[in-house]
Amino acid sequence: MTVLANRYDFAFIFDVANGNPNGDPDAGNLPRIDPETSKGLVTDVSLKRKIRNYVELARGGQDGFHIYVEEGAILNDKHRQAYRALRPGDAKVNKDAKLNPKDDAEARKLRDFMCLNFFDVRTFGAVMSTGINCGQVKGPVQLTFARSAEPIMPLEISITRMAATNEAEKKQRAEGSEEGPERVDNRTMGRKYIVPYGLYVAHGFISAKFAERTGFSEADLDLLFEALANMFEHDRSAARGEMAARRLIVFRHDSALGNAPAHALFDRIEIGRNVEGEFKAIGNNPDTLSPARAFSDYIIRVDQDSLPAGVEIIERL
Amino acid sequence: MAYGIRLSVSGDNACFTRAELKVERVSYDIMTPSAARGILESIHWKPAINFIIDAIHVLKPIKFQSIRRNEVGHKAPAGKIKTAMNRGSLEGLQLLVDEERQQRASTVLVDVAYVIEAHFVLTDRAGPDDSVGKHLDMFNRRAARGQCFHQPCLGTREFAARFSLLPAGQPLPKAIDETRDLGLMLWDIDHKAKDRPSLFFMARMENGIVRVPAPGSPEVLR
Repeated sequence: MTVLANRYDFAFIFDVANGNPNGDPDAGNLPRIDPETSKGLVTDVSLKRKIRNYVELARGGQDGFHIYVEEGAILNDKHRQAYRALRPGDAKVNKDAKLNPKDDAEARKLRDFMCLNFFDVRTFGAVMSTGINCGQVKGPVQLTFARSAEPIMPLEISITRMAATNEAEKKQRAEGSEEGPERVDNRTMGRKYIVPYGLYVAHGFISAKFAERTGFSEADLDLLFEALANMFEHDRSAARGEMAARRLIVFRHDSALGNAPAHALFDRIEIGRNVEGEFKAIGNNPDTLSPARAFSDYIIRVDQDSLPAGVEIIERL
Repeated sequence: MAYGIRLSVSGDNACFTRAELKVERVSYDIMTPSAARGILESIHWKPAINFIIDAIHVLKPIKFQSIRRNEVGHKAPAGKIKTAMNRGSLEGLQLLVDEERQQRASTVLVDVAYVIEAHFVLTDRAGPDDSVGKHLDMFNRRAARGQCFHQPCLGTREFAARFSLLPAGQPLPKAIDETRDLGLMLWDIDHKAKDRPSLFFMARMENGIVRVPAPGSPEVLR
């Protein structure tokens, strides 16, 4: 387990077809949208949830890959293996730690224990109340909101269900029906929202210095990228439609502090529309372009030329 | 200031949460001095130095937007962690989000850009080989190359900050043409005192520039 020694910045590009990537609780579960630009949004916490779920599926029950912030629906009732208790002699030290008025040592021990056992604490951090003060673990991985490359156009689709929820509802329908009892059906109307197509970009940052503190290792980094690449494959549902991870472009710095500003690196990634094989920048398009409906309507260019010294591009997808 | 730093920071969103509106977070109109200090510290910091924020320039009009998210209203209880450590099993040590769910709205800033003007002072933990000049050089070198300890953020970690150094001698970008009182604003948190009280100041934006009172000055209110 080598702890990470390099700074990484990454751009994660994914798309959705006929689905709702992230509903907005304020807008009756409409796809999130930036009201000023009409571009779609997917929150950082939504992506983190999927990463956690994937790790839970891929490494369920393994030492050191437990997930602290769980969804109850995950098959977690498997008997967890008892794990190697960390340095058995420490339990006594813990009891003695009460003599220590500051309790800092003990708080550190608790934090280390959490980081050692839980992948999500090691990766994203967690807030722990230690009674004295709120010990915080800042995780090395920082994700931002994903934003769509172009404005999205959410559609509201009305659907019907051929069943009533309960007896009372059925009766009420029968009485309210004008054509008499022989024309009774138990239909309920519902609605779902979809984005016909949207291509989203999220940026992520990984701090080597915070990785030192939580023990986030090279293997963890691999798992994180694996999760990003595969998490939508295990997040299928009626609401999501077809979501897919399209590109994962990683900038690896050869030092812990980094060798170039992150925003300058992200600016090297250009997303444009595919017009008969030609790259066309997304700008204030005159409405001559038909709306994008597939990944093939886009071209993603990564400027590989004259990279800053000490930065390399790794394309994980 | 003969040796100040000027850092320009910007981002798509920001949330500098008001001290009195924490549950459904509402951002202050501009970056707080405490958040500015955090950004500088994410680039370079040692216990030997303290950043003093002198002014914050607001380069873009102040706009808000509301975002509602599912959050968890819960922290990891130390007691439970300890029990698990002693028992040697992780049974019951997790957090079920669908039982702890709270939907909270945040009112966040949109499309922000600032220039932070600051300088350093040495603390009593400075050793013989710490000098203001050395740390200033280190800071400037890192900021100019885009190096950082961790990616700085605009209030909360999901809003990453783009940052670039404004070299000495380069004119400052123009601040917005707006003058108004921003009311009582968080100055910083006194981490040395018991219970870590918050300190406030009466913020006033003059032509887009907010001057920040120096530590210990009477304008800083407890």
